[in-house]
Amino acid sequence: MATYSINDFRAGLKVMLDGDPCNIVENEFVKPGKGQAFNRVKLRNLTTGRVWERTFRGSESLDGADVVDREMEYLYTDGEFWHFMDPTTFDQFQADKKVVGDQYKWLREQDKCTVTLYNNAPLAIAPPNHVELEVVETDPGLKGDTAQGGTKPATLTTGAVVKVPLFMNIGDVVRVDTRTGEYLGRAAKE
Amino acid sequence: MVDAFAPSGPREHLLARAVLYGQLRDFFAARGVLEVETPQLATSFVSDPFIEPIIAKSGEQTLYLQSSPEYAMKRLLAAYGECIYALGKVFRAGERGRRHNPEFTLLEWYRIGFDDRQLMAEVAALITSVLPGTPVHYLSYRQWFMQAFALDPHQAHQAQLQQLAAGLIEIDGSGLDTNAWLDLLVTHILEPQLPTGLTFVYDYPISQAALARIVPDDTGQPVARRFEAFLGGMELANGYWELTDAAEQRRRFEADLATRRARNLPQYPLDENLLAALEQGLPSCAGVALGVDRLLMQMTGASRIAEVLSFDSSRV
Repeated sequence: MATYSINDFRAGLKVMLDGDPCNIVENEFVKPGKGQAFNRVKLRNLTTGRVWERTFRGSESLDGADVVDREMEYLYTDGEFWHFMDPTTFDQFQADKKVVGDQYKWLREQDKCTVTLYNNAPLAIAPPNHVELEVVETDPGLKGDTAQGGTKPATLTTGAVVKVPLFMNIGDVVRVDTRTGEYLGRAAKE
Repeated sequence: MVDAFAPSGPREHLLARAVLYGQLRDFFAARGVLEVETPQLATSFVSDPFIEPIIAKSGEQTLYLQSSPEYAMKRLLAAYGECIYALGKVFRAGERGRRHNPEFTLLEWYRIGFDDRQLMAEVAALITSVLPGTPVHYLSYRQWFMQAFALDPHQAHQAQLQQLAAGLIEIDGSGLDTNAWLDLLVTHILEPQLPTGLTFVYDYPISQAALARIVPDDTGQPVARRFEAFLGGMELANGYWELTDAAEQRRRFEADLATRRARNLPQYPLDENLLAALEQGLPSCAGVALGVDRLLMQMTGASRIAEVLSFDSSRV
């Protein structure tokens, strides 16, 4: 892996710090006219998700982190691991609960996800921004009630619970924004 | 998609700069201060440990693009003894960021018979003439640290500062000296908390005297008669009641060079002409250098220096 001098830090660069892979969020050059140069760097620890600020001297450098984002297909879960496949190389990867976190609730088999690999093992996964999932449980729909405003909770096939309009029924397919968990609309049934 | 040839700032900012230059020249003309040009290329370079030159070649000769017109202006002061100002580009290698560009515009001026206090008042007059209604605050370096940290910066040791900073700034502090810790606390904690408007911080620790006179303050503590002006939380200007003692000047040059050696930094030729001028006699004066691009940032509301430049360093 390459080594990066602090002055080369730019948003998006992945580096190793304190043994963890980190993503550079922001790098501000700070130098009093007569004083020493420093860089105030905002980083996201890719293992913990924590964002924090650290100050470096211009003479410092960090090793790059072997972190890459790859488009993969979600295959299935065996309860312990979630399995993904790179559709171009057919390489398969398994991610555990720590890596998948709460994202399990947006994973639908055969959907394309972004899998972040660190040293060739999954570090994080990101489902598509929009997914379509079927409602498996909700209060009965009110016929003809298409008025604005009313919502009710609905449980989807993956276990996700989202707020949907009152007219939605079990068996309907909803379109959801996975970043906010918000209902976007009704999708055509498969 | 931005065209590759396009300027980094809008046309209104070019216009604001042109208007400002006119105002600055009027300000000094009304006060009888003479505009001078100074060389941008010289065979010597400033001794400051933390300013690096951009080096130019003229045939076989190595020349240094000047980081400030200070030395040339002091030679003019020694030769003619009159108040002068210079408005022009200066160059500092590797300084690039939201508030830095490797070449930038400096306004520097010297007032014969002034001390730093009188010069601060003139800086305030200049800023309020181009930014009417700007509130002006004055704060000694000691007050600044006492208010925020209940610590006297003139007495503080490296270990005390490091301990204070430990809870506030995340950094690998190994090998950082007193000045580095003071600068870290200033840039990370104190500067962002400055009130809106123009703030003068004066009476610096003697370890940061640069080319300012060292005089005891009213408590008997020797302080550097140096000031910094901050505008909108950003360092804008740096001024001194100027050192005129040639022997003391040579000692400070040598101390800077020793610092450079200790840090394995390159050494550049000292300006013997400046020392000769001081030996002949520099009139008692105060001088200040002001970052014109940063002033324009405040006047236009720009958040990045690139927005007030025609082409910033990423476009040349």
